[in-house]
Amino acid sequence: MASSKSLTRSGSGKVRRVVVVGGGLAGLMTVIKLCEAGVPVALFSLVPVKRSHSVCAQGGINASVNTKGEGDSPQVHLEETVYGGDFLANQPPVKGMCDAAPSIVYMLDRMGVPFNRTPEGLLDFRRFGGTLFHRTAFAGATTGQQLLYALDEQVRRWETVDVEDERGERVPGEKMVKKLEWWDFLGFVVDDEGVCRGIVAQDTKTMAIESFAGDAVCLATGGCGIVFGRSTNSVINTGTAASAAYQQGACYANGEFIQVHPTAIPGADKLRLISESVRGEGGRVWVPRDLKERRAGREVPESQREYFLEDKYPGYGNLVPRDIASRELFKKCFHEKRGVFNAASGTNENEVYLDVTHIPRETLHKKLAGVLEIYEKFVGEDPYVNPMRVFPAVHYTMGGLWVDFDRAANGSLVIGSPRNQATSIPGLYACGEVEYQYHGANRLGANSLLSCLWGGLVTGPAIATYRQNVGKSAFDMPSSLFDKAQRREQKKYDAVLAMNGSENPYALHEELGQTMLVDCTIERHNPTLDRVLAKIEEIDERSKRVGVTDTATGKMNQGAQFVRHLQNMIVLARVIALGAKNRDESRGAHFKPEFTQRDDANFLRTTLAFHAGATNGSPNGVRYAREFDYALAGKAVHVTDAVDISLVKPRPRKYETAGAASAAAQPGSEPPRDAPGPAKTGATA
Amino acid sequence: MASERTVKLKVKRQDGPGLAHYWHEFTVPWHPRMNVISALMAIQKSPVTSDGQKVTPVVWECSCLEEVCGSCTMVIGGRARQSCSALVDQIAPDGKTIVLEPMTKFPVVRDLVVDRSRMFEDLKRVKAWVDLDGFHELGPGPRQSQENQETAYPLSRCMTCGCCLEACPQVNAASDFIGPAALNQVRLFNLHPSGAMHAGDRLDAVMGEGGVEGCGKAQNCVEACPKEIPLVDSIASVGRATTKRMLLGWLLK
Repeated sequence: MASSKSLTRSGSGKVRRVVVVGGGLAGLMTVIKLCEAGVPVALFSLVPVKRSHSVCAQGGINASVNTKGEGDSPQVHLEETVYGGDFLANQPPVKGMCDAAPSIVYMLDRMGVPFNRTPEGLLDFRRFGGTLFHRTAFAGATTGQQLLYALDEQVRRWETVDVEDERGERVPGEKMVKKLEWWDFLGFVVDDEGVCRGIVAQDTKTMAIESFAGDAVCLATGGCGIVFGRSTNSVINTGTAASAAYQQGACYANGEFIQVHPTAIPGADKLRLISESVRGEGGRVWVPRDLKERRAGREVPESQREYFLEDKYPGYGNLVPRDIASRELFKKCFHEKRGVFNAASGTNENEVYLDVTHIPRETLHKKLAGVLEIYEKFVGEDPYVNPMRVFPAVHYTMGGLWVDFDRAANGSLVIGSPRNQATSIPGLYACGEVEYQYHGANRLGANSLLSCLWGGLVTGPAIATYRQNVGKSAFDMPSSLFDKAQRREQKKYDAVLAMNGSENPYALHEELGQTMLVDCTIERHNPTLDRVLAKIEEIDERSKRVGVTDTATGKMNQGAQFVRHLQNMIVLARVIALGAKNRDESRGAHFKPEFTQRDDANFLRTTLAFHAGATNGSPNGVRYAREFDYALAGKAVHVTDAVDISLVKPRPRKYETAGAASAAAQPGSEPPRDAPGPAKTGATA
Repeated sequence: MASERTVKLKVKRQDGPGLAHYWHEFTVPWHPRMNVISALMAIQKSPVTSDGQKVTPVVWECSCLEEVCGSCTMVIGGRARQSCSALVDQIAPDGKTIVLEPMTKFPVVRDLVVDRSRMFEDLKRVKAWVDLDGFHELGPGPRQSQENQETAYPLSRCMTCGCCLEACPQVNAASDFIGPAALNQVRLFNLHPSGAMHAGDRLDAVMGEGGVEGCGKAQNCVEACPKEIPLVDSIASVGRATTKRMLLGWLLK
């Protein structure tokens, strides 16, 4: 059948490409692996790829290289990641990621990432949350930026490489990567059999809407922090693509799991992250013992300071996982009203101190300059001298598009299997923060860059295999299929342009964000969540009476584009809030004061959400499933919400005890030298 | 009291590429730690000019809001910089009008948005990458000294924002000078042990027309760079390397 035809060129001479949407780390890594497998790619990105949100990652990337001779290993990394995620992650993909981590960091090193070095010229590693080991490779405090640039450079190189067909003949004018920047993803082209055959996207410079064929599509469009209004996320992280995929039938998993990072700088436009690496390098969190303390932080004597994380969690101290640290900071400020006094406002603000003033300036400069510079620029205070004032902020989307994996006999993944990273829509793949797979209920610091890269390394080969067996290529399908999808999206956009109601979309987004931020983050109460859901319905209703702020056609129109993103954010907000409502337990980042315990009997399972569509009379309803089938190469694959816990048995988390996060750290191996408290690495709960 | 305080903005607007520009003035409420971005966001929520005219909100580009992505660069009070880190209290402490204009060295897309594609194209020209054999396991990269890392890291923080091109008198419509940013990348990749294996290709790319020779040594770039990249040193270093290569080329002929 397909064997007689060219896999590179269609009958009409078009290069058969795979579509990758998203130019952050995950998307770029996928592109690179596809190119290496000889698959030409069309890469779409909302912004020039060098400006993607990966650029914001500061602290580093985890890899158990054990440079410091502490007895670290990929097995310990696996166990600590699963434990940190409160056992909600399927374990085989995590094992694959942790096993590959050292080789991933080495590959980045070969690309020229300027990682910090040891005196011997090896890669240096520092500590991060949820572990006692030095496992995090870093390039100053702008590691994400450096990684993104390295991949951007490699993709740019592929942009200069000619496409060759099977016979090694060059296809004139065609390069391996065709980059389409400033394009906003609108939806998929899906054929009558439900197979994804391409995308519809909009050129944000001209607002022209076009459809594009793709022999497979990969979404790598990041998280949805902007649903919460202000967060540590870039303003482009609205989750619009994930929401569109969900509305076109893709399963969305564990939506309720949203990570709140403990340390950020409050701001009116954004909550700027102060990296966990600050604590990894010895930064300490404290509040004054005296509620009425009025002195500036640096003048409060040691005896008058309460290091509340170190006191409560002697095992991991300031490096407890983010969910725990955020709850403790929240408790200190909101329940105990112990936030520090602010001379400018004259009141106790909801802020605590994050202190690095005891660390030598030279060390700070070499390892943390990038992040301390952000504090200095935006707060106007010198963090080398004054303890920083910080508060938790929405940071990472653990949930996301549901994706599959193919478990190998050794407990890891079958690389090259088309099941890996496949969504529930045939032909649609997802990797990076947009999918749900690696972090369970709570992500460990410095695992996000890793999961993006690993996701790309797995998705590339998975798509290459899928493409070999796709049967009919999207490039041989009738143009009417693509025209129809294009008309569908054009109609939707024209409807937005015609909206002339009284509601301002930006003000409406602020209301949505405020509701989600206040009532659907660190502490979740069921009665409050009912109010959140009612508020979402109200906002949804009012969003139909929006007045588009810009009616320009044929040129950049951010006003109309934002209305679309807002509509899509409202849909995701519902998935997040309803998921939270339904999960009557506390697990990782999801905490309900009425149900403080983890309930494995009832809730050790993945939340699987489907858009109910207009079919059951509730146009925006969510349908939760315990199981479903999806088609892969024409065969049904059965999926349930059971979590694969075949490698590490669930047990309660106890970060009070050093070493509790991993049973595999070998007894007798040399314990980490500067770990706080008694370093009993063999101890388990 | 504090809530009464306002911020005044004067914005240069342009509806599309190649169209005439015009000015709008806005007055928005002041708040603590306010930056130019939050002033522009306030206009989105209430797009009315100071003289009461309802208009389309100002169009600008932004993403990370923490001065690491480079998107939100514009000319603020006559100087190219990122609008996220332009704090209102620092640039207009006395309440004077803040003037916002698009950068002038790139084509305007709309209002304050410009198209900086040429900078990314220049990165292709200078082959700003390490030539990897493959993306599979090949063991660790070359060992490097701490000193080398400390030289390379600051160079690699360039976020392609365009401030250096905006400030450079040699970058203009009548010249094809590549500008400081790409030259800095030549130095960066030629410093890397594997990158250096292809140093000649990168030098060749900046030896001819529009190359390093185009620098007029005004040294504005290093002043304009928000990341304090030693651009003048980079240009000088690339200049020396190209001279050496040129001389060697003659000697070997």
